Amino acid sequence: MSYYFAIIGTRDNPLFEIDFGTSKGGADGAARFRDEAKHMNQFIVHAALDMVEEIQWNNKELYLKKVDSFQNNHIHCLLTGGNIKFMLLMNPDPTSTPYSAYQTSPPSRPSTARQSTLLASNPTTPQTEDAVRQFMLEVYEAWLKCIMNPFYQVNQAVTSPVFRSRVATAAKKYL
Amino acid sequence: MNFHNALMKTCVNPEGLWCLRLCRTAIVGVLLEAKTANYIPIPPAKPFQSTLRYPSNRKTIYDRNLNRTKTTEISLASFAYLFNTLITYHHSKSSSVSEIESRLNRAGYPIGIKMLDLLLYRQPPRSATRPTRIVELLQFIHGTLWRALFSRSADALEKSTTKNNEYMIIDNEPLVNTYISIPKEMSQLNCAAFVGGIIEGMCDAAGFSTDGVSVHSAGEGDEMWPGKTIFLVKFKESVVEREEAIKASGG
Repeated sequence: MSYYFAIIGTRDNPLFEIDFGTSKGGADGAARFRDEAKHMNQFIVHAALDMVEEIQWNNKELYLKKVDSFQNNHIHCLLTGGNIKFMLLMNPDPTSTPYSAYQTSPPSRPSTARQSTLLASNPTTPQTEDAVRQFMLEVYEAWLKCIMNPFYQVNQAVTSPVFRSRVATAAKKYL
Repeated sequence: MNFHNALMKTCVNPEGLWCLRLCRTAIVGVLLEAKTANYIPIPPAKPFQSTLRYPSNRKTIYDRNLNRTKTTEISLASFAYLFNTLITYHHSKSSSVSEIESRLNRAGYPIGIKMLDLLLYRQPPRSATRPTRIVELLQFIHGTLWRALFSRSADALEKSTTKNNEYMIIDNEPLVNTYISIPKEMSQLNCAAFVGGIIEGMCDAAGFSTDGVSVHSAGEGDEMWPGKTIFLVKFKESVVEREEAIKASGG
């Protein structure tokens, strides 16, 4: 179970990236993405921006819930008032994701009972949405504190290690 | 390249043909491998060296509270002093009245961008909604923004009767102009251009781009409100078109 989180600016430019794993059930919180996934994640999240733009005028919520999925990657999004997109990609089992050879067969079933209770295996349940919402709102708060800095301008990349640790803490707490 | 070196070696090898064949199998092998691995791994990022300096009490901006209480309100006196300095600075740098106004506008612009998200955050959790229609956005500015900045709503919100992309927000007595009297030779100047910049920033951030927010004094001859100011918001045609498309699709 691994996550990739990116903040995308108003010109579809990445401002912040982090990947992490779940910390639930005694897991170590490290991402288990394969090498290949490193660029595929960026690619999949970039593609999902289209879906965000499609619904952003008909959904007034900040948290847009699940917007897109590709193979067994599911993407949730929070859109801030200032048109900044928080994209969270979740993948229950990155080792079984066949990125390069696209398969039409159904996605791999979770192998164990424990896995089926994972958030990422059920991307649209209220439980998952609640956890992601709380994670997103906590990041949103840190994000606001970041942009309130008078030296921060729109679409500047965020490099603050404090911000990074805030995001990591929120991830540990909720995901 | 190592592979080329290997090829050169086999060619000078006296054992000739056999070695050459072996070499070709190697080439095919390498090609096959390249075919299956049809992605380029991303090199690991360089370790980030932070130049962040912590304040002496170790509290960063991330430890601050974003919600406002009565005790953290800014006094009008200190705001008036700061605003006075801002105007003096821009006055000394500009050669015309319109340049002062555009400079004040630019000073307000980033504030508008940031205020939008801040005000959304301050709304009760789960009820915060992004403004997605022109009227919603204007009501947000007229109500929420004005209350956050000046502790009261603006006085009126009107739509132009002749053009469908122009809206007016009217403030009878702009707080920013409280301690400003305009000299005669600059009678066109209205320092509320700063607030106009804030409005423009907020519209832009919300995805409603404008052709600028112009500020007009309308208090001449008005005995009740001599400082009456009109903020004229001109939305771009594309914004109006998008709005109509959403309405047509039943949104």
